[in-house]
Order: sequence, then structure tokens, then C-alpha cells
Amino acid sequence: MIKVQGLTKRYARTVAVDNISFEVEKGQIVGFLGPNGAGKTTTMRVLTCFLPPTTGTASVAGFDVLENPHEVKKRIGYLPETPPLYPEMEVTEYLTFVGKLKGINGGDIHRRVAEVTERCAISDVRTKLIGKLSKGYRQRVGLAQAIIHNPDVLVLDEPTAGLDPKQIIETRELIKHLAGDHTIILSTHILPEVEHSCQRVVIINQGKLVATDSVENLTNRLRGSESIALEVAPSDGPLDETVVRQRLEQVSGVSRVLSRESRDGRLAFEVESLSGHHIRADLARAVVNAGWNLNELHAVGLSLEEIFLQLTATENKGAAAQA
Amino acid sequence: MKNIWTICRKELKSYFASPIAYLLIAFFALIFGFGFFTATRDFVRFGFMSEMQGMNRPMDVNEQVIRPLLGFASTVALFLIPLITMRLFAEEKKTGTIELLMTSPVRDWEIILGKWLGALLLYGCVLATSAINIALLFAFGKPDWKPILVGYLGLILQGGTLLAIGAFISTLTKNQIIAGGVTFFVCLLLWLLSWFTAFGNTGSTQVVNYLSIVTHFEGFAKGVIDTRDVIYYLSMIFFGLFITARSMESLRWRA
Repeated sequence: MIKVQGLTKRYARTVAVDNISFEVEKGQIVGFLGPNGAGKTTTMRVLTCFLPPTTGTASVAGFDVLENPHEVKKRIGYLPETPPLYPEMEVTEYLTFVGKLKGINGGDIHRRVAEVTERCAISDVRTKLIGKLSKGYRQRVGLAQAIIHNPDVLVLDEPTAGLDPKQIIETRELIKHLAGDHTIILSTHILPEVEHSCQRVVIINQGKLVATDSVENLTNRLRGSESIALEVAPSDGPLDETVVRQRLEQVSGVSRVLSRESRDGRLAFEVESLSGHHIRADLARAVVNAGWNLNELHAVGLSLEEIFLQLTATENKGAAAQA
Repeated sequence: MKNIWTICRKELKSYFASPIAYLLIAFFALIFGFGFFTATRDFVRFGFMSEMQGMNRPMDVNEQVIRPLLGFASTVALFLIPLITMRLFAEEKKTGTIELLMTSPVRDWEIILGKWLGALLLYGCVLATSAINIALLFAFGKPDWKPILVGYLGLILQGGTLLAIGAFISTLTKNQIIAGGVTFFVCLLLWLLSWFTAFGNTGSTQVVNYLSIVTHFEGFAKGVIDTRDVIYYLSMIFFGLFITARSMESLRWRA
């Protein structure tokens, strides 16, 4: 659905986007991650035909952004970081205007406006002036204008920025519902959001592509080793932490044992394995054979935040080394 | 075509949703009304005086009242244009809505035409208040309506040109005040040029005089549709909208 190849965008002296390539299949939700100034917004602006690329190509639904921008624009719904709203218009008036701009016919327009008003939960403020709406409502009106013409692709730049937690959850649910029917690219700083909503992640730093993969694969790739969370409970007599720790460290394949917060006499640990070793079964056996109760045992994945920091940190180191 | 009209309607609604449209109309109505009052009063006085002195020259309402009034209207309008055009693009750039327009399946020239048309229609509404005054003349006399219509045509063409230039200036900045100020100075310059070069004989003054907005209006004020003047205005309008289009395009490269 979306194909970006060797995309570069240069302004006078700065390179905002440097040779980025990625693909998005139909119906996927892709998260665009990167620190501020990484080039996310610029890439989105190229995809929505607002900016032309300096070199490289980008295409949406088979239409190139340079050769056929008109067709691309028909198929994209775009919500920029600041929703493009006219404060002097009423919500319905605004949505009708955008709908007409996007090419919805006169007969369908009222029906569509009603539908998206319903979908984005802005029915209460239908007749209010946009200038008087709160941030949360404005964001929703922005989302409504992005989906009003039922585009194939949705490009959302920080869709939950500035919303309160309840609104964030609602927006995320809405986005999840929209996937499948629509292909979605959303950029965000909020990493848990990507973990929850997105199937794939594209990580950008300083204009360069750092990683693109499914969230699962990325986690596996970065963590050659496992990290197991373990809670040991006493069966007869209180536990001695040093004893338990020693026993765990003796299990083959363990690289180190870290203590975690202990509750009510139960001891919690995080055990890291050496690269390539699977230690869960051995750990379980070790605890049980020593006569203790195994309360909890589960794998701890590398959080996306850690992945992100790790990837962007290595990039920075690399860049610093080159400089 | 539909898109042009959609944008034109939205522009008009925006104008009338803010005080600006009403202020412009009221302001113009006031000033023109005063001018009208003065012109007709002097006309009547002159008429009485010449009658008392036994001179029975035929007095022509058209020539002595309406033509100078139209000229007066065109000068006043000159200074109202910046107030109309300043927010055309500057506001959109500032609030980011220009991104909405430029990423929708609407062509750049459709956006420009729609906005310019909206501005022109507002300008027309402002001028319409003067028509009320002129209509009164028909109640008390028998002026010739054809030259009046031609005069208004001239006003609209002249206004259209300046609006196109104002639209271009509006694309250059995010700040409405700057856009308005620069447009004002440009209009002022164009107005003054006609004064300074009206009687020039050298080649350069003749060229500058030709370029002046005001000189070409004189024909229309007399009730004469000179194709040279029409061509001048139409080409200037086209030129103004053309550079506006180029400026809009360059926005994509500057962002």
C-alpha cells in the first residue's frame, strides 16, 4: 500500500530525511518512532504530497507522490500534529467543508458527516464553534476530518498528544477499529502506544532509518538473551536471600541474578541468561528441588522503550564515532 | 470548478463571521456617503448659483457628480483592499490549515481562484453600499445608467487586480499585519505613480504611467469601455494570480 524507497529530503543545509526505505502492507498499523527532529513529520509530509522529495520515491496505493499527487491525496487522510482547524467555523460546518474538498458528493456529504461525528464521539459539540473546544475535542474533530472521505491510508502525526488518559484510550480504541479497513501510519513518542496498537515499527533517528520490523521480531533481535522474572515463596521457614541467590546463580546458563522488590517474605528476582541459553525450566527445577515454592515465573520482554533507547543510543554513538 | 466555489463560500463565511466584513462595509459606506453628500450639495449649489446668475448651462449629473464619485470610490477602495487580502493566506499559514488545503485533492490554482473570488465578492459587497447612494440620484433626476454600470465594471476590474496582488503578498508571510502593511504600501505606490507620471513625456514615465492602476480606470469612469484598459486589467489579474500560484508552490519547498 505504501512504498518508500531511498527517500531523501534536503533543505538548504540540513538533511531532514536521509535515504529511508520501508513498506507498509494494506490494513497494517505501523508505528513511526523517533526522537524529536528525527524526520517523522517530514516523511509524513512527503507521503501526503505536501512536500516533494529531494531524491527517492514514495508511492501510495501504486500512485507516485510526484507524478500523481492528485490521486494520492484522494486516498490519504492526514492529521498533522496541530489539527488544521478553522476556529471561526462550527464543527459540522467544518466537516462539511473538508468533506467537499476531499471530493465527497453533495448527496453523501451529510450522511458522512453524521457518521464520522458519531464515530469520533463529537456529537455533543456538533454545533459549537471550533475555537471554543477543548484540546481533546479538537483532536477528535481533527481525526474526524482525516477519516471523513474513508481514505485507504491514514497518516496520523501524534494523534494522542495532549489528551488525558481516558481520551488516549478512547483514541487508541478508535484507531484499532479503523485498522483493517484502513492502512495506518502513526507517529508517536508514547512507546506503550506503539506496543499496544501497532503491528510494525519503523524507527527513525536523525533522518536515518534505524530499524523496521514487527515489534516481536525487534524484541527478539535485540535480546539474544532471556530475562526471567521469578518469585520464590517460603514453604517451611523463612527464606534467606543469599542462599536463594546462590542457588539460582548455580543454574547453568545464568549470567546474573538481580534482586527485585520482595513482598511478604516472598523473594523476587530477575534472572538474565547468557546469550542463547534457555533457563526457565532449569530455574523452575532448581527452586522446587531446593524445597521452596515457586510463586511466579515469566519471561520479561525488552520493552519498546528500552529497544528505542538502545537503538537510538547506538546510532548516536556511531555518529559520534564518525564525527 | 466545484472546489473553487467551496473555497469561495468558506472564505466569505469566514469574512462575515469576523467583524472585518462589517467594519469595511460600514467604513466605506460612511466615507462614500460623506463624499456623496458633498458632491451633490455642491452640484445643487452650483446649479442654483448659475441659475441666479442667468447662466443656463445644461448640467450633467453624470459628469459632475457620478464620475468624480466613482473616482473617489476607487481611491478609497484602494486602501481597503489590504484589509481584505491580508488574511487570505497569512492566516492559513499561521494556523497550519494551509497544510489541509495543500494535502487535499484540490489543485493549487483552484485554491487561489476560490480565495480571490471570495475576496472579490466581499469587495463587491463593500461597493454595493455606494450603489445605494447613486440609486438615490435616479429618484431626483435622470442620470444615464449605462456609464454608471461601466464605471462599476472598472471599479471591479481595478479591485480585482489589487486583490490579486494582495493575495500574492499574503502568501509571503505568516503575519497578517505585515501582509496588510506591505499591501497597503504597494497600493499607495501604485496610486502615487499615476499622479507623478500623468504628464510625463519621456519613455520611462510613459511606461510607468501605463502600468499604473489608476490611469486605466479613467476610461471606465467616463463610461467608455476601452479594450486596452480591459486587457490591461485582465492581464494584471492573471499576472497577480500567477505569481500567487508560484509563491504557493514555493511553500512546498520551504515548508
